Amino acid sequence: MKMDGSNTNKVNPPLWLLAELTYACPLQCPYCSNPVEMANFKKELSTEDWIRVMREARKMGSTQLGFSGGEPLTRPDLEELIAEARQLGYYTNLITSGVGMDEKRVKAFKQAGLDHIQVSFQASSADLNNFIAGTDAFEHKLEMARAVKKHGYPMVLCFVLHRQNEPYVREILDLAVSLDADYVELATTQYYGWAFHNKDYLIPTREQLTNAETVAKEFQEKLKGKMKIFYVIPDYFEDRPKKCMDGWGAIFLTITPDGLALPCHAARQLPGLELPNVQDHSIDWIWNDSPDFNKFRGLDWMKEPCRTCPEKEKDLGGCRCQAFMLTGDATNADPVCSKSPHHQSLVDTVEDIGRIAGTPELEERPVLFRNMQNSKTIIKASELERA
Amino acid sequence: MLNDDVNQKLTLEIIPKIASSHRFQWEEVQDCHVILYPEGMVKLGDSSAEILKLCDGGNDVSAIIKTLQQQYPDADLDNDIKKFLEVAHENGWIQYK
Repeated sequence: MKMDGSNTNKVNPPLWLLAELTYACPLQCPYCSNPVEMANFKKELSTEDWIRVMREARKMGSTQLGFSGGEPLTRPDLEELIAEARQLGYYTNLITSGVGMDEKRVKAFKQAGLDHIQVSFQASSADLNNFIAGTDAFEHKLEMARAVKKHGYPMVLCFVLHRQNEPYVREILDLAVSLDADYVELATTQYYGWAFHNKDYLIPTREQLTNAETVAKEFQEKLKGKMKIFYVIPDYFEDRPKKCMDGWGAIFLTITPDGLALPCHAARQLPGLELPNVQDHSIDWIWNDSPDFNKFRGLDWMKEPCRTCPEKEKDLGGCRCQAFMLTGDATNADPVCSKSPHHQSLVDTVEDIGRIAGTPELEERPVLFRNMQNSKTIIKASELERA
Repeated sequence: MLNDDVNQKLTLEIIPKIASSHRFQWEEVQDCHVILYPEGMVKLGDSSAEILKLCDGGNDVSAIIKTLQQQYPDADLDNDIKKFLEVAHENGWIQYK
């Protein structure tokens, strides 16, 4: 099948609609994938805008809808959006820190038709969790996880892993078992947005990963059929890239709080995109016809070494955002690939960090927490740089 | 836990039901029935969908077999249906009521 996105060739529907309702968040996790310039994008879509987006995408075949952010609970119209989404036939996922929720709201979401709540944790212990989150949220998260279960939702717990919590994968999975979780996502830190700034603080060591993988496998075996545990090796440690987002404009559609339509939640930073806004265009046009969504569809955009690579259809050259961030050009091969001329520098970074992990030289480097104040500081600094 | 009754064997008296965490529905654009669950979707073939339609909490396995056998009298469905239900249960799509 041709996937060039023109009207005569059928493009697959946007199965996954990610609604980033807001960049506001009471947590300050330094691995957040939101843009560091988020303080510049404070204007949020209205309830009516979101309802129109959901209707149009559903008509095109979207089935999974994620309410995300920032912290989606900060939107007072969340109950209304859930009700509309469910009525449209979406499987509705709320992706939340749990902060801003109470049992009453968990119940109200259920009545509105919410299918699933994913609660994120930062670690298995209160101390580390609260340090990373930048707020004392751990006890409340436990309480909300129990409320989610009590009200009959499938319980999905998400832990974003990095060097600070990677040694505690066993404790993390024990916690998941004690909370009676159905699914556990041991997510890998993706080095976009804030996480890219905090790479030195976050990149794990190879030993940590080997250990985490062993423990994850042990629990997968032990809990087969009872609890699904998702664990993947972070791509910085691989020599072939992942098929990012299952392909550009293939199944995934993100809408940012201010209405930009993106093929992935990190694409906002890529140069040369027109960043169509749902306030100006239909979802149909954005998905099928906009230059952005066709830019890296299929294989025609590739350069060497991807163009002649026998594996190009398997991984589609990896992640465009990672290629841009690490090489300055989004049409380059993802440097995770050992065929990329930039691969060695990534290997060096990972090895350097492995060598000095645990020493003050690395561990005492400042961490940039995700908050509006730090965002403003970064914006100001980059303005000064440009001036 | 996903499946408290994971080790339970299928019998003719069991009443299978779409798991509460999953949704079974027709998708116009896909032109098929699907199972939806947290962050995932499985497209179903016609015969799987016919079986799952009867997993509404009102039929035990023998009733499901009987109903489908009446609809398709020329086929020997007994084993296929049981096998499908076992796989569906293993995948967490249905629970044994």
